[in-house]
Formats: sequence, C-alpha cells, structure tokens
Amino acid sequence: MSKKYVMGNGAIALGALSAGVNSISGYPGTPSSEIIETAAKYPHEGTYLEWSANEKAAMEVAAAAAYCGARAMVTMKQVGLNVASDPLMSLAYVGVKGGMVVVSADDPGPISSQTEQDTRRFAEFARIPVFDPSSPEEAFEMVQDAFEYSEKYKTPVILRPTTRVDHAYASIESPDSFKAKEYEGFVKDPKKWVIFPRLSYANHNMIEKRNVEIGEDFSSYRFNTVSGSSEKAVIASGVSYAYAAEFLKEHPEVRFIKVGTPYPMPESFLLKALEGVSEVLCFEELSPFIEESLLKLIGKHRLNITVRGKLSGDVPAAGENDTDSAGRIISGFLGIENQNGSVDLSSAPQPPARPPVLCAGCPHRASFYAVKKAMKGRKAYFCGDIGCYTLGNAMPLDMVDTCLCMGAGITMAQGFNHMDKDATAVSFAGDSTFFASGITGVVNAVYNAADMIVCILDNSTTAMTGHQPHPGTGRNLMSAPVDKISIEKILLAIGVKKVVTVDPLDLDAAVSAVRECAEIGGVKAIIFRSPCVAITKPDKKMTVSSKCVGCMRCIKEIGCPALSINDGKAVIDSNLCTGCGLCSKLCPTGAIGGV
Amino acid sequence: MMKKDIMICGVGGQGTVLASKIIAASAMDEGWSVHSAETIGMAQRGGPVTSHVRIGDDVFSPLISVSGADLLIAFEPSEAVRNLRYLKKDGFVIVNSIPVKPTSLSGGADYDGNAEIAFLRSRCRCLVVNSEELCRPFGSSKFFNVAVLGAAVGTGELGLSEETVRNEIIKTVPERFLEKNLAAFSAGYEIGEEKQCR
Repeated sequence: MSKKYVMGNGAIALGALSAGVNSISGYPGTPSSEIIETAAKYPHEGTYLEWSANEKAAMEVAAAAAYCGARAMVTMKQVGLNVASDPLMSLAYVGVKGGMVVVSADDPGPISSQTEQDTRRFAEFARIPVFDPSSPEEAFEMVQDAFEYSEKYKTPVILRPTTRVDHAYASIESPDSFKAKEYEGFVKDPKKWVIFPRLSYANHNMIEKRNVEIGEDFSSYRFNTVSGSSEKAVIASGVSYAYAAEFLKEHPEVRFIKVGTPYPMPESFLLKALEGVSEVLCFEELSPFIEESLLKLIGKHRLNITVRGKLSGDVPAAGENDTDSAGRIISGFLGIENQNGSVDLSSAPQPPARPPVLCAGCPHRASFYAVKKAMKGRKAYFCGDIGCYTLGNAMPLDMVDTCLCMGAGITMAQGFNHMDKDATAVSFAGDSTFFASGITGVVNAVYNAADMIVCILDNSTTAMTGHQPHPGTGRNLMSAPVDKISIEKILLAIGVKKVVTVDPLDLDAAVSAVRECAEIGGVKAIIFRSPCVAITKPDKKMTVSSKCVGCMRCIKEIGCPALSINDGKAVIDSNLCTGCGLCSKLCPTGAIGGV
Repeated sequence: MMKKDIMICGVGGQGTVLASKIIAASAMDEGWSVHSAETIGMAQRGGPVTSHVRIGDDVFSPLISVSGADLLIAFEPSEAVRNLRYLKKDGFVIVNSIPVKPTSLSGGADYDGNAEIAFLRSRCRCLVVNSEELCRPFGSSKFFNVAVLGAAVGTGELGLSEETVRNEIIKTVPERFLEKNLAAFSAGYEIGEEKQCR
C-alpha cells in the first residue's frame, strides 16, 4: 500500500483494480479518458484492457466478460452512453453474473461536451442503480462497492462522476500491485442469456421488485448521510455536495443530507433524514433529479415539506454549480449571512477573449483552407463532426456549418445533398471518428446514391481527448503492434467512386484533389493525411522578411495563433510556430520563408 | 496547521500545470494534505487555464472559492485580472508583465498588459515579474514556470521551504533540462526574496 496523488479518474481506475477487475474497455471522451490510461499503467495477468472502436463495442465486450463471471468495467463520457444505450437497455433486462460497472462521466457546464444530459436519468430509465461520488476519495471506494452491489443483485450498475470529480487530484491509499479476480467462465443457458419477449416480461417484473429492495439496501449505505437538525434542510448529490459542504462547514447545526445513490431512491433513509423538516433545498447539477424524487416521496407519504431547487428557480437550470453559487443560494435559503472580504474589482480592465483555436501548425487548418479555396464561388455545405477539427468553425476559417454528434457529419452531408442538389455537400470527420461511427454513414451514402465529398482528416491519433490510439494507428492500448486498418481500403470496399490521399500541407495538390472530386458524381473521399503536431512537435520555424508589406492576408485567411501584427508587419511567434509553411504559401510578396 | 489556497492561471501551453504539480507535491513532502484541479480538454487549446491547489485539512471543494485564494500566480497580466475575484482581500499576486496577445481576429489588438499591471498594483499586494528578462539567461521563456515558483518561495507567500521545492523540481524535471531549471528557480527566488526584504 502507498499514497498515490491521482486524478479522480485515476482513483476510479485504482478502485477497479483493487476490486480485481478482469476487463476494462471504453472509448475516449473528456472527462472520462484518464480512467483507462491510469489502469494501463498497472499491467498484470488476468486483467484485459482495450480502447474500443466506440462505446457500444466497449459495452458489449464488458457484457460478455460479466456473463463469464468476470468483473468488468466500461468507461465513457455521457454522450458515449447514448451510443452504448442499445446494449445497456437490453443488458439491464438480462442481467450479469460477474460485477459490471458502467462509468459514464457527466460534464456540467458543459465544459467540453455537446449536452448537459444527466446520467442519473439514464440509470432510472434503464432501471439500474447509480452511484454519485462527491470526491476522488469517494469515487475510489464507490467503484469497489459498485462491483459488490452488481454481483449481489446481478445487474449492471452505473458510477456517475462529473468533470470536477474526474479531474480533481487527491491522495489515494491503494495497493501497489493488483490481483485479478478468478472467475468461473461462461456457462451456457439460453433461458438466461438470450433476450426474448418472454424473458423481458418476466425480468421486468423481477427488476421493479428488486429495485425497491435495493432502495432499502441503499438506505443504510455509508455514503448516504445526514448531519445537523434544523427545520430547513439542504440536500445535495455529487460534487455539489462538496460545494455546499464548503459553506456549511461553518454551520454544523444546519441539517445537511448527502445522497450518494440517487437511484433507486433510498426511501427509508430520506424519510428519516427529513423528519421534522419543513423546507428543503436541493442543490444539484444538470437536472432536478433529487428534487423530483423528493416531490414523489412527499406526494406518496403526504408530507408537508416545501421543496426548493431548480424547479422553483432557486438553483440555475443549466451550467455548473460552484462554491460561490453554493454560498449565495444556501445562505439566501437559510437567511444567514454570507460574506467574504474581496478585492475591489471596480473599473477592472476587461480581459481579452481567448476562444480555443486549432494549434499553430495543425494540419486540420491546412485541410479546411484547401477545401475553402477549392469551393470558393460554389454553393456548398460543410458538415463538421466531433474532435479538434470542430474548431474549424472559428473565424477566419469558418468551415463548419453543422456539428451534431459523433459521425453525423457524413450522414448529414448526405441529407443536405438530397434536399439541395445545387449545393456541393462536404463532410469532415477525423480518423478516430471515422472508425467510431463514420463507416456506416459512408455505406448509407453509397447505398442511397448520394453526391458528396467525404473528407477524412487523418492525423493518426485521437487528438482532442489526449492522443489515444485507434484502429488505424497500428497499435492498441496494450501497445502490441497490430495490423493497421486502412481507411482507403474500407472506402474502396464500400464502393466510394474516387478515393484520394493528399498531404494537406501540400496546398496545391490538396486544392486540386478537392476540385477534381467536386467535378464527378457519386460519393468521393479525400483523406487529408498529416500527423498531429502536438505529438510530432516539428522544430522547423517560419520567419518574416523585410518584404512583408503588411497586407494581413496571412492573418485574415488562416487565423494561426503564431501570427500577429507588430508595427504594421506580420510577426511569427517562434515559441508556437511548427514550420508548417501554410502562411508562406498564401503570402503575395513571398515574405515568409522557412528555417 | 497550514491552510493555503493557491491559484495558478495563464494561457494554454504556458506550463501552468507543471508549476501546480510541483507545488502540490512539495506540500505533500512537507506532510500536508493536498487537493488540486486543472483545466483539461478543449479549453486547453490556447484558452485561459487555471490550476487550483488547496493545502490543508477540512477541504471539500476541488476548486477554490471566490475571495478564497491566499496566493494568485499569474503567467499573464490579463489572466491575473480575469481571476482576481478568487483572491482574498489581503491575498498576494505574483504576475508576469509580458502579455500573450489573443489571436488577431478575436479583438484586443492593442492589448499590451500595461493597464492590467497598473490596476493590479493599485488594488492588491503584488510582485510583478518580467518573464523575458528573467528567462533571457536560459534561452527560453519555457523556464518561467519554474522561475516563478522560485519567486513564490522567495516572497514567503507560498509557505513552503526552498529546499523542498528544489528537491521536487529535481524529481520532476527531465535531467537534460535540470540545470537550467534549477538556475531559473534560483533567479526567481532572488527576485522574490528581494521583494520580501523591501
């Protein structure tokens, strides 16, 4: 045993390894990615790890492990659970033999996600238990408890951390080496493992009865707690509990309830905790889950308690909570003072906006610019996707007209093509996104005889989430060399009319490839292949000579963060420049050269 | 009992994360309980970044409260102002006077950091450090993250010993960059110490 200073995600990995987990699978997604990356640092016999092609694949790999009696964990971000919801919903009916924990990380804010969806709702929808840790320390213990409950009730269970728990660091006392659980193996039993209407009917009845039992079991669970005895109570869940505790630690008399297991509702615990309470404030993020649960409980037992929270407008409907909002909202509710001496901020200068941008030298910038140049003067729709390249939407590139969800760019471009034949429909997807959920879209477009251009921005990594490998990289999580799956061959096999591979940094070749594809019918594909500069870190630099006339064309057309204007002339920040040379190719006076 | 909330802020890519890791590890070396949090993900790509380091027991939130930070270490003038609301009324600011200009088309073309530094000087106790001057002997402003740690230790505002932090730098930094990092740390320390003496 030793203390390890780890992220919440690391704590979840250490917890699962301490529980003897046999299989961990998942697809990268902020804020969940570091769980698998941490587990991979402790390779040992009997524990299988993989980055899966997508979340659905990861869920199904885990389900099979759990059918074998092994302990399985599957990790993803909240929108990944949408992709994996098909197997999860059925699995909830079938059940498991070995413990299975589904980690779905929510992202209040949202900070780096498409939605503010609440995985606690998913747990209720699937009728399976959910654990909601308020800190990395708690996440470490809860994931181990989750395996126990999963085996006790033979059901998959969800652990739902949020960004601030995933990315918070704390000291965790954990073993230094791990021993995987021994498991029986798969025992055939079609009545149990093959989902049929009759099985689902029988198990639906069983599940509803069982969930009442789990609610009772949770009523004595150590992370459902109450302190204080005031008539006005505060109830919180997840990291919002930590924010509220930061304020309430100075007010121990206030009744303060923590719900560590939001579903199934720990009914007896809540009834007891609320005895003598006249008014309760629900302090939670994303959706009013606890608040609605309480309203049901109060209705069912005809209690005379006023419930405040998101529905009453006391807590904001959207966005993150923090200690500041906790102090403000809770002190207002309790009618007590909340004062902190602060620096006088009146007449402070307004800080400049710093929107996220593609890195200096990012090959995606060159790819977008090539398509923009080739399509100039034509009516075209540009359908983006999920990845670093969503940032192609920013001015001056302005090359992302739509972005919906993983893989949607390809299928939406197809849809635009059917609705507007005058426009050229173009989709952009990264290499990892193509493997995760782009292939089916290309099949659909070819099958339905669309006219469109599929652009694959292949930087040979999953860049946005921290450079994980994927099926096209030739290595997997265990780092064993594996066969690279060829994007070109997949596209040709599907029947794409023309497949061209170009280096986006060769601007002329890239522009003519796009022009060529735009002239022919059917589905065409261009693979823009150039590695992510955050990995290769090229040490080439560009410089500006005295020939610069200050026309600003480089700045106005590509928006590279290394370029700025000083005394009316372009300057290049040598700390940022990677020497990609894109700016030199559009300089009208040839003032930019390479070193 | 030691209780200190330290916020580190800057722009993605300036090396704030390494500085916060060394502070957290040093505080643990001295036997304190530590929690911290970083900006991760899309926001890192050239956007404002913050690290929160919380030293002491009785800590719940991973993030420092508004008006809760004892020390704000800012790698950039406008980022210091952006995060000043986190500083306690009598808190201390260490700020780099060299600005990172925002990408040219997002406005702020005439931003030079001078108004921000003047504002900080007028409102709080602060130490202004020029990263270009400080790092010139080491050939790159990339050493600023370690140099500013030296300054923070030198002022006494960090509450950690010079030896502990130096040892943690030795443990953390790759060997080929160690000599320059230690020299940068010492150079920063002198500036901090001088401020304290005044």
